[in-house]
Amino acid sequence: MAILSTAGLSRTFQTKQGPVEAVRSIDLTVQPGEILGFLGPNGAGKTTTLRMLTTLLAPTSGAATVAGHDLLTDPEGVRTRTGYVAQSGGTDPNVSVREELVTQGRLYRLKRPAAVARAAELARDLGLDDLLDRPTRALSGGQRRRLDIALGLTHRPELLFLDEPTTGLDPASRADLWDLVRQLRTEHGTTVFLTTHYLDEADALADRIVVVDDGRIVADDTPTALKLRHAGSADASLQDTFLAITGRGPAPEHRIPVAT
Amino acid sequence: MLLHDTSIIFGRYVRQTLRSKFQILFGILMPLLYLVFFGPLLTDLPLGSEGTSWQILVPGLLLQLGLFGASFAGFAVIIEKNTGVVERMRVTPVSRLALLLGRVLRDALLFVFQAVLLVLAALVMGLRAPLGGVLIGFAFVAVLSLSLASLSYALAMSVRTPQEFGPVINSVTMPAMLLSGLMLPMALAPNWLDLLSHFIPFRYLVDAVRAGYVGDYASSRMLYGVLMALALAALSVTVGTRRFRKAGA
Repeated sequence: MAILSTAGLSRTFQTKQGPVEAVRSIDLTVQPGEILGFLGPNGAGKTTTLRMLTTLLAPTSGAATVAGHDLLTDPEGVRTRTGYVAQSGGTDPNVSVREELVTQGRLYRLKRPAAVARAAELARDLGLDDLLDRPTRALSGGQRRRLDIALGLTHRPELLFLDEPTTGLDPASRADLWDLVRQLRTEHGTTVFLTTHYLDEADALADRIVVVDDGRIVADDTPTALKLRHAGSADASLQDTFLAITGRGPAPEHRIPVAT
Repeated sequence: MLLHDTSIIFGRYVRQTLRSKFQILFGILMPLLYLVFFGPLLTDLPLGSEGTSWQILVPGLLLQLGLFGASFAGFAVIIEKNTGVVERMRVTPVSRLALLLGRVLRDALLFVFQAVLLVLAALVMGLRAPLGGVLIGFAFVAVLSLSLASLSYALAMSVRTPQEFGPVINSVTMPAMLLSGLMLPMALAPNWLDLLSHFIPFRYLVDAVRAGYVGDYASSRMLYGVLMALALAALSVTVGTRRFRKAGA
């Protein structure tokens, strides 16, 4: 059974310039244990889709079942079984790593001793052991990203959403993070739903790539099949494939406010 | 669950406040200045039929403390929205009401603490008031802080930048202060102003605390004040919780 399925999921924002359809009727299925790359240019509706699937934003229309719970009628069920790591992270610069980890456990309703034990376990798994007493503002980009992911893994979610997890990281930290994502799947069977606009990242990590553009799914297949179909060869670069699908390159700078 | 969740959020924000000792003391500065530099001007003025001018002024300053302090509580949420802390908490199963209550209870505690400091300073200046009335005054500070902080968080959840937030708060707090007779009692006002002030909820709160400060507990002023404070709190917490539940901004 699919761990995530959506039907006609849509979101329209009312703006001063009139309604903006950020996400237009997305139908998507994800199987347990899959690493799904959710790819698209900035402003394509990636973050908006993620925010709906993680209960942060109510869909304008459509339905979804996430980790066995109905998104609209049982958001709390969805929250207990999924994790979300936002692009911005989610730590207070003045709070220590230890306090963030323990508080997160408590927010997932662990008793204090269990939350303390889980914090220690996560710190070990994510290489944060030596940083526990530092305020989060003192962490490097890569360290902070590992903390964000530790927070998202606190309750051992079956499905983890990562929103542009490597944006702003140096190459070594990116490689670490890729290893971590693979490890999550092999060791814990975690399903990972990650958005990215780095094509090499999608190519390296994802079993399947869903390309969104202008709020719609425009392609959905394995990286190899996408390359064959759209760029004519399994050896083509994903860059060429992406250009063929969307008719443009992924714009690195321009953020359309719709997706925030 | 609600109690458990609220205590976690409350603890987090109490620790946040304790980290900035500056903030704890700075909030009391403005009312203290009024106390020291404005209070003495009133000493010999006939402000009301009962009590000294201090019994009129101090209740006003207490609520001023809550009004100006708690109204700006939302600034912190704007920062937390930008760091992603708000959404990180909203994807956990934590109660939405607790996300609000934990924060506003911290605010209520902070402003009651500041109110205690203010009353101690006022005692030195010459205030004499019954203990019961003084305690009632603290209770009003707590309820007012809780209400205004809830509304402030609700507004902060709806705006994107501090630049949008500040002017709205200022445009509400200044008229509220002037029209509720926080500085001088509305008994001195011409009819039209007195009438207008009855449409400002804080008017009833400050009247009730002034009644408490002269030991007039079983009065209609006290009753209206209590009812208005409770209604304001119920409305504000409802509005605030809705924002933490829905929040699309």
